[in-house]
Amino acid sequence: MANVVTITGVKKLYKMGSETVAALNGVDLLIDEGEFVALMGPSGSGKSTLMNILGCLDRPTVGSYKLLGQEVSGLSDDDLARIRNKTIGFVFQNFNLLPKLTSLENVALPAVYAGIGTKERLSMAMDALKKVSLEDRAQHLPGELSGGQRQRVAIARAIAMKPAILMADEPTGNLDTKSTGEIMEIFRDLHKTGSTIILVTHEPDIAQAADRQILVKDGQITMDISKGSSEVIDIV
Amino acid sequence: MLFTELLKMAWRSLGANKLRTFLTMLGVIIGVTSVIALVSVGMGVKKNILDNISRLGSNMLIVMPGSANRGGMRGAAGSVITLTYDDAEAIKNKIKNVEYVSPTVQGSYQVVYGHENWNTTVTGVIPEYVAIQSLELKSGLFFSAHDVDVRNRVAVIGPTVAANLFESVNPVGKKIRIGNAPYTIIGVLESKGQSSGGQDQDDTVLIPLTTAQERLVGVTYVRSINVQVSDADKMDEVQSNIEKLLRQRHRIRTGAEDDFNVRNLTTLMETMTSTTTMITLLLGAIAGISLIVGGVGIMNITLASVTERTREIGIRKAIGATYSNIMLQFLIESTMISIIGGIIGILIGVVAAQAISKFGNFTTVISWVSIAASFGFALFVGIFFGMLPARKAARLDPIDALRYE
Repeated sequence: MANVVTITGVKKLYKMGSETVAALNGVDLLIDEGEFVALMGPSGSGKSTLMNILGCLDRPTVGSYKLLGQEVSGLSDDDLARIRNKTIGFVFQNFNLLPKLTSLENVALPAVYAGIGTKERLSMAMDALKKVSLEDRAQHLPGELSGGQRQRVAIARAIAMKPAILMADEPTGNLDTKSTGEIMEIFRDLHKTGSTIILVTHEPDIAQAADRQILVKDGQITMDISKGSSEVIDIV
Repeated sequence: MLFTELLKMAWRSLGANKLRTFLTMLGVIIGVTSVIALVSVGMGVKKNILDNISRLGSNMLIVMPGSANRGGMRGAAGSVITLTYDDAEAIKNKIKNVEYVSPTVQGSYQVVYGHENWNTTVTGVIPEYVAIQSLELKSGLFFSAHDVDVRNRVAVIGPTVAANLFESVNPVGKKIRIGNAPYTIIGVLESKGQSSGGQDQDDTVLIPLTTAQERLVGVTYVRSINVQVSDADKMDEVQSNIEKLLRQRHRIRTGAEDDFNVRNLTTLMETMTSTTTMITLLLGAIAGISLIVGGVGIMNITLASVTERTREIGIRKAIGATYSNIMLQFLIESTMISIIGGIIGILIGVVAAQAISKFGNFTTVISWVSIAASFGFALFVGIFFGMLPARKAARLDPIDALRYE
């Protein structure tokens, strides 16, 4: 299977006064197509930084990041925006829907920036809403939906452009148990149909849903466990 | 495709905050309105002045007698009596590019018809006067060169005189008395209205120049000679030729002062045009400043709106909006404000200009130039002052923007 993500020797350094702080300190990571990965770690571990780099919201200071074989670490802001638009789908903890747009319009928004025509855009958005069983809420505003429904709209937005990777940052952090179950069900279904999913969470229960669990600590990957194989790769 | 979507987005976001949008727009509306209204007033003043000057006749030189200079004491213009009918004839015959020459002599007299009487200005003229003053006759005829030659007692009266002496009777053919001598009315002038000085130009009686000189006023001189030049470019040349000719005819020694004066209406017109244009530009510039203030208002509100919508910008960037996408979105908003404000301002400005002319008794001229210029300036202001906030929005880092509470 082809590698979707190939990260080698990635460091992210921040200058704090005279000191240099490494948020990521030499990370190597391979993610195959169709994998369901849980990225875990305590706050301040660097998992958010890794997530931002994986999601092309940020660039590594040192090291290489190949996405679908393409080196993206040196790309311009606009090129990264285009990659976020077509290749990556984001799901956030606090949904991040635009409150004045209907569900359908929210889901269709990435296609707007891709320059896709209205008719095609809306049919793509409707298809995505059907995948999260919210086609009957297409004309509702986010304010008229429950938390779980909002997150389903956000997932629909993330998958509307059929991205190569779906990234979810604590997608169930703001949801009750029932909604959490629904959302995880959707992720598992998407995984079954072949989507590559990277899930950031600090809850072990949620991480259990993934095939592979990666633990980040002090800017490095300290554990990489794949389900099914009994072998535990303890890096440190 | 994307651009129309950005237009829709901007439109919706302006619509979502109607009061704020309107208040922002108000600065532009006031600016454009005042530019159009004030410039229309300035242009109205200019038109008034130019109309008044051109009513005196275009390409006109006026030769007046000079002032007396006795022992350093100078009298009023015309206090010496130097111009004659022969001077006028000489100008007409000896100088090139002269179309008409019209000498006049004037006096104020009591004019009597039956039991009615009226005090008016009686002017002695020659038939060329009609052409030079662009006069038209309502009824009857103007007197001929023959009438001038034989000093006939005929008169052409203005409508004001006709109304005061004759009321509804047709005056043509009737006899009036001027200075106790009978004159036959042969024509009535078409109304010309008031002059620039507020004088009633219809309150006049015209008689042959020679009749006026010898039979009424009893003088040999003329009060002024109006000279119409055939071509505006020849004004200066004709003026200096007239001066040369008259110095010769009046035997004025080299170095001595002229005993006459040649006034050039074109020069006066040019001076007035440049003065009024300056005033109009000044008014426009003052109004333009309020447009700039309106632009600062746009910038202020858009900056606040960028801060308020930081999170929205973060979301848009996270799902693939580029720098120019975000930039355009905000730029379109500020430009829309200035375009809509500009259109409303034009409408109010035009209405205001008309209201000023109707209720303020002021001539206003609405010019396409001022409409186009103020609209263009409003558009420029919207883009210019929208640029800074739009760049600020487009530059936001998506990670920081998403984290913004």
